[in-house]
Amino acid sequence: MHADAEGAGLPTSVDPEPGPEVTVDVAVIGAGPAGLAAAVTAAGAGCTVALVDSGARPGGQFFRQPAPDLAFSPGITRPRHRGHRAFRALTAALSRANHRDDGRVTELFQHHVWHVATDPTNTERAVTLHAAVGEPPRRRRVVHARCLVLATGAYDRTLPFPGWDLPGVLTAGGAQSLIKAQDTPPGHNVVVAGTGPFLLPVAAGLARAGCRVPAVVEASAARVSGPRMAKSVVGAGAHLGTKLVEAAGYAAALARNRIPVYTGHAVVAAHGADRVHAVTLAPVDRDWHPRMDRSWRLPCDTLAVGYGFTPQLELPISLGCTIRTDTDGNLVVSVDADQRTSVPGVMAAGESTGVAGAETALAEGTIAGRVAAGHCGAGAPSRSHETALRRLRAHRSRLHRFAAALHAAYPVPDGRHAPPGWSTWLTEDTIVCRCEDVPLSLLRIAATELGATDARTAKLLARPGMGWCQGRMCGWATTCLTAGLSGQAPTTVELTGTARRPLARPIPLHLLAESTPPSHEGTSDDA
Amino acid sequence: MSTPARPPGNFEITVDGEPVPARRGQSLAAALFASGRASWRRTRGDGRPRGLFCGIGVCFDCLATVNGIPNVRVCLAEAQPGDTIHTQEGTGHDARGC
Repeated sequence: MHADAEGAGLPTSVDPEPGPEVTVDVAVIGAGPAGLAAAVTAAGAGCTVALVDSGARPGGQFFRQPAPDLAFSPGITRPRHRGHRAFRALTAALSRANHRDDGRVTELFQHHVWHVATDPTNTERAVTLHAAVGEPPRRRRVVHARCLVLATGAYDRTLPFPGWDLPGVLTAGGAQSLIKAQDTPPGHNVVVAGTGPFLLPVAAGLARAGCRVPAVVEASAARVSGPRMAKSVVGAGAHLGTKLVEAAGYAAALARNRIPVYTGHAVVAAHGADRVHAVTLAPVDRDWHPRMDRSWRLPCDTLAVGYGFTPQLELPISLGCTIRTDTDGNLVVSVDADQRTSVPGVMAAGESTGVAGAETALAEGTIAGRVAAGHCGAGAPSRSHETALRRLRAHRSRLHRFAAALHAAYPVPDGRHAPPGWSTWLTEDTIVCRCEDVPLSLLRIAATELGATDARTAKLLARPGMGWCQGRMCGWATTCLTAGLSGQAPTTVELTGTARRPLARPIPLHLLAESTPPSHEGTSDDA
Repeated sequence: MSTPARPPGNFEITVDGEPVPARRGQSLAAALFASGRASWRRTRGDGRPRGLFCGIGVCFDCLATVNGIPNVRVCLAEAQPGDTIHTQEGTGHDARGC
C-alpha cells in the first residue's frame, strides 16, 4: 500500500505535500524514541507508515532537536544528547524509507491529533486520526490506517505549592528545552528542584549555558548509588553501568560548577510579584512533610521544577484501552509482551506504557513496529523474527526492572497510605488549577462541604482541570488532594476521571465543523 | 531583567508595539524570554501574570495574540520576521490587539 500522496513518482529530492487525507498501513502517533523506532521498523518490513507528531521535527522530548537554521551563540556548541547515535541512525533510516522506498513514511509534523476513531469492521481503515495542523491551527488532516502505534510520551509531573504559577517558575523539561532547542537560558540564577535523576542533566545543562545554579533540591533522600538501589537493579546489567557512569558525569559537572545538591529537601514556596525572586527551601521527611522551623530563603530569578513525568494518555483513554496505575503512581496503558493494548489493532510503546526512559522506549517501539507490520501481513513470521523479538523482550524486561528501581528510589507520595506530606506545603489561597485560578480553599469546600469524594466531582463543583490544559498540569495532584481531603486513597478510576479528554486538543470550531461529516474532496487550501 | 548576553537576532518581531530581536529557528517564547520578558498574559479569573511553564505545548500558559490570532501557544510557534505579538488579557477575545 502507498500513502495517497500526490506525485509519488517525483524525483526523490522532492517531498510532495500529502493530501488532506492520507491512507497507510500503520499510523504512529509521536516521533520520539518509541515512535521513531516503531515507524522505522514497520517501514523496514514493507509497510506504509504515517508518522504524526505535534513538534516541528522528529525527536520528541528526549531527542529534542533545535531548528536546523538556529545559529547557536559563540562558545555554545549545538547540544548533543545522549543517544545521539541512535537518533542519527533512526532519522537516516527514516529518510531512506522516504527517498529510496517511494515515500513509504509520510512525515506529518506540527500535527496535533485531537481525535482517534476505530472501526473494527473496516480492515483498511480500522483507525482514523483527526489532526489540526500548525500552531495556530491552519488546516486539518485525516489519516486512515490498518493499525495504530501510540507513542505519545510524557511531560513533567508537577505539584502545586505557593507561588508555583509565578512567571519565572517553569518545569524542568521546559528549562531544558529552552537550552537544548532554543539556545535561550531561562534566567541568570536558576534553582533546580523536584525529584528524580532528570534534575542532574538539567542543572548541568543550565550551568553549561552560563546560568548560575545556586541549588539542586532533591526531595528524595535516596541516592542512585545507594545499596538499596544496587540491590534492586541486579539484572539491569550493562545498562546499570552506563547509567552510573552517566550519573557520575553529571555529579562531576555539578561539583565543577560548585552547585550544591540538597537531598531530602524541597522548594515549598516561590516568592515574587511579577516574577519569582526567591524560593523557600525546607527539609522534608519520607512523606514530604516539611520541617518549616529549619526552612530558609534562597534568592533566584528562575525555578525549574519537576517531580518525574506524567504519561500523555488522553488518546488511549478515549480509545478505551485498559489503563492501570504504575509503581510511580502514574496512569499508564496496559500492554502485553507484544506492546498490544486491550483494543485490537492498537499498540502502545514508550513512556505511555510506563515511565522508563529513552532506551526502553526504543526497544518497545521496535517491538510495536514489528507487531504492527505483522498485523498488516508484512514481515512474515520467521525464526529470525521470533528470535529478534525474544531478545527485545528480554532487553525490555531488564530496562523495566531498572525503571522500577528508580521509581522506588524517587517516590512521589500520592496519598495511598496517608495524605501526602506535600499537601501541607499548600496554603488556602495556593492555586491548584493554573488555568482556572482554583485555590485549595475551593477544592476543600467541594470536598468537605459539598461532598465531593473524587476528583471528577470536585472538578464539576470547583472547576479544577476545566481550563485550557484540560487537567494535564493539575490532574494528578488534584486527584491526590481530593482523595486526601476525603480521607481516601486515589484509585485508577479516579485518576482516569481527570485524564479523560474527549477532544485531545482544543481546536477551532471551523476545523471541527469541517471534520463532520468527513469530506471526500477535502479542503482547497490543503492542495 | 535580561538573560545572559546573546548576539543580536537575525530579525525583529514586535511585542506590544516594541521591536524585539528574534533568531531564525527560535520559538516566539524563547524570543520573549531572551528579551527579558517572563510574562505576557493575565489569567481570565484573577488576572494573574503568566508566561512559559511547560515549554512543550502541554500547559497552555504561554498563550498570546500573534498576528491578530488569540490564544497561540508561543512555545510552539516559530518566530517569523515581522511577527506581531500582543500580550493577552483573559480569553484573548475581548480586545484583539490587531
